[in-house]
Amino acid sequence: MSAVLPHASADLTAPKGQRRWIEGTMHTILWLCAAASVFTTVGIVLILLVESLQFFGHVSIVEFLTGTTWTPHSNPPQFGILPLFCGTILVAGGSAVIAIPLGLGAAIYLSEYASPRMRDVLKPILEILAGIPSVVFGYLAIVFVSPIVRSIFPSADIFNALNASIVVAIMILPMIVSLSEDTLRSVPRSLREGAYALGATKLDVTVGVILPAALSGIMASFILAIARAVGETMAVALAAGKRPQMTLNPLDSIQTMTAYIVETSKGDNPQGTLGYQTIFAVGLTLFLCTLALNVLAQWILKRMREQYE
Amino acid sequence: MSGLPRNGRPYAKLASQLFAYACAACAFSSVAILVLLLWQMLRFAWGWLDWQFITSFDSQLSPHKAGVRAALVGSIYLIGLTTLFAVPIGVGSAIYLEEYAQRSRWRGIVQTNIANLAGVPSIVYGILGLGLFVRGMQMGAGVLAGALTLTLVVLPIVILASQEALRAVPSTIRQASYALGATRWQTVWHQLLPAALPGIMTGVILALSRALGEAAPLVAIGAAGFVMFTPQGLNDSFTALPLQIYNWTENANDDFRIHVAAAGIIVLMVMLICLNATAVFLRYRFGKRIHW
Repeated sequence: MSAVLPHASADLTAPKGQRRWIEGTMHTILWLCAAASVFTTVGIVLILLVESLQFFGHVSIVEFLTGTTWTPHSNPPQFGILPLFCGTILVAGGSAVIAIPLGLGAAIYLSEYASPRMRDVLKPILEILAGIPSVVFGYLAIVFVSPIVRSIFPSADIFNALNASIVVAIMILPMIVSLSEDTLRSVPRSLREGAYALGATKLDVTVGVILPAALSGIMASFILAIARAVGETMAVALAAGKRPQMTLNPLDSIQTMTAYIVETSKGDNPQGTLGYQTIFAVGLTLFLCTLALNVLAQWILKRMREQYE
Repeated sequence: MSGLPRNGRPYAKLASQLFAYACAACAFSSVAILVLLLWQMLRFAWGWLDWQFITSFDSQLSPHKAGVRAALVGSIYLIGLTTLFAVPIGVGSAIYLEEYAQRSRWRGIVQTNIANLAGVPSIVYGILGLGLFVRGMQMGAGVLAGALTLTLVVLPIVILASQEALRAVPSTIRQASYALGATRWQTVWHQLLPAALPGIMTGVILALSRALGEAAPLVAIGAAGFVMFTPQGLNDSFTALPLQIYNWTENANDDFRIHVAAAGIIVLMVMLICLNATAVFLRYRFGKRIHW
């Protein structure tokens, strides 16, 4: 951009031809900037597909999607992604169970009950919570959450899915609160006042009128938060363990798709080996899962939006 | 609200009260969580965070000799390069989308695409970086490849925040500028960018905070775990604060796992706080000058 600056700062008296040249050049440069994000998407899809296709040349896609054993390092290796998928669902589902009621309650408090001053205190705190890096939560899961979980459930592994669910819940909480609060606040005042005029209590108004009116936005916020939990990496890689297994017991040690990618990336994987290609095959599965959730959230927002005049 | 439960619902008022308390409890749990977490980290880092920790390289044997020097310098390099790449491209895209491509089909495509990119997990960007920069372009897992990967991670954030800032500039400013005969770029450069600057900078700093804390993409591109030097060139291997914290947390030695990692986290959090304080300062400083 800087190459064009001297011309751009030439003021309105610059000759017409020069101005037109600057306009054209800037238009092209800016178009290229905007195209960069499209190239990124194309790049992600191409790279994931090309390496995955090579992987599926060795392992059948049916075996990959339906196999219940994930043992890439044993001989012969088995590549059934279901255990990793199951681990991801366990962690994301667990965090949703914790974060959704908490987040929705907090959003209702902020939008319906809190004084403006209280909101000014609580919202920055949620922003700080949202800004804490994932790896920090992974650390906390191990040194702080895990001992507590193990003192309550002595049968739990040191690394278990519940640890990961708890910290991931804390990570997605601010997202649920801020998105849900925005939708709750956008419900018009007249709806509330109408309900109060009919003799409803604040509970009646909130649960009977405002929540239904804001439902699409709230659902979308839940789905976006779950998508975030599915893609959550460092905290889960640290806290949940490294044992891919088919279990729905949150006290077991498991492995998620993201944690597998981390574990494999740390080792030495020369290009062209099956180990290198699994990163891309698992990455593709992960990408499709989060993409589907994000598209679903956008669809809900678009289709179910209530229009108030 | 008084006198409402006359209609045969004797507990309506009580239920309403209890619901209010339950919601308040949910909201204040976030405060409790934050306080608890910060206190735990300070407690574990106490006595381990000193000047020696800042200036020393990592140590494989002695937790007392370990330090964050390589990680700190690596993080600063990464953030600097990421800013260099992400800000011009991100702000450029935002200008294009807001000022040049109104209501075109292309704009719709790019906008949907950016919304979807914002939801892609950072580890997937790491895989892209591995395939494209590290292996495809033969860059190796150096600072440049790391910064380019982080650029892709934060680009949607920069674009969306800059768009927001540009949209907040009143259209009267644009119309006045065009009425005086200014071209589109002259309007953008002399009117819109200065007016939108505080908003853009806030977004940029938010994006940089994200980049500073990201470890997953760096692990995915294969950034080195144990580094005893600071990077001298763009293709030198490197480590970064979140990566170093991750490696310490994975260590079997309790001193590394609990205390050295906590000290590293405090350094990272202090850097994050400094970045955000800069955002607040810049916003205040530049935000004051514009009066509409």
